[in-house]
Amino acid sequence: MKRIVLILLALILFVVPAASAEESKWQGVDETVVERFARDLGREPRDPFIDTDQGDLLLFLFALAGAIGGFVMGYYWHKVFVAQKDLEPQKKK
Amino acid sequence: MKSVIFLCALMLLPQSALAMHLSEGILPARWALLWFAAALPFVAWGVVQINRKKRLDPAYIPLLGIFGAAVFVFSVFPIPVPVAGSTAHPAGTGMSAIFLGPFASVVVAFISLLLQALFLAHGGLTTLGANTFSMGVMGSFSAFGAYLLCRKGGLSLFWCGFAAGVSADLVTYFGTSFALASALHGTQPFLSVLGQIYLAFMPTQIPLALLEGAVTGGLLVYVQKHRPDIIGRLGLFQGVKG
Repeated sequence: MKRIVLILLALILFVVPAASAEESKWQGVDETVVERFARDLGREPRDPFIDTDQGDLLLFLFALAGAIGGFVMGYYWHKVFVAQKDLEPQKKK
Repeated sequence: MKSVIFLCALMLLPQSALAMHLSEGILPARWALLWFAAALPFVAWGVVQINRKKRLDPAYIPLLGIFGAAVFVFSVFPIPVPVAGSTAHPAGTGMSAIFLGPFASVVVAFISLLLQALFLAHGGLTTLGANTFSMGVMGSFSAFGAYLLCRKGGLSLFWCGFAAGVSADLVTYFGTSFALASALHGTQPFLSVLGQIYLAFMPTQIPLALLEGAVTGGLLVYVQKHRPDIIGRLGLFQGVKG
């Protein structure tokens, strides 16, 4: 059952895109919902105080954030699920 | 489990952020301050809880590392949802609320949102209070509540986690809609504006909520299989079918 749910989710999210493949860039819900409704209700968003959305800088920062976040997650994952698990048989001896 | 890891890997594909947090300057000053006032007591109590748990159980620190980083990564990377033709991201607070506790999960969400507002042009400093309240407080507590409810109902561990993940996602977006509608509805009926905003989120968010539920449920099953001792210490599995 779990496997079926996972396969269905993968299909919904990643196989169906053929239908909207002609879209060059998908907007996020911040643009399509939050900012659109805010504008309709008379409020405009402003630029961030530290505007990193300059050229490829933001993409670089996202890659960096992903790398650091992934490293921290992986480091502690290894510590909890690999290193600690390896210690368990030794403790039993 | 391999499927869950595969879906997680797809989540980590780097793209610039286009997602759910309220953008900088969207909320008028008094509403921004109100949401800060609402969120900060939860953050402060969360810091106290983290310090207490760290002292009581050294194994809590690696869990904080895993789920702190997971919330940051999950809540920043947009996932394309083909059925809606737009992108959004999960909250990640479902799993952190279960493994770290709901108050600690608020702290983790606050730090993630602060870093995103400062360096990734994602969310905003003036809307940090509102974003923390929706993703941190509402997301974490609803997830924890859903988990406990399913546990009491005798559902299997996967479905308890699934309910927590779905709840974290959908309630977070309800919080975002509520913050936006309450501040900006003007002369229009509040409930009508709230309903319109929340419904507009749904085509993108329902598939993502299901995905977040599957990942959270899968993770719980994985942890129970591989390190039941840690989870046993957290008291998470009492009364749940494996």
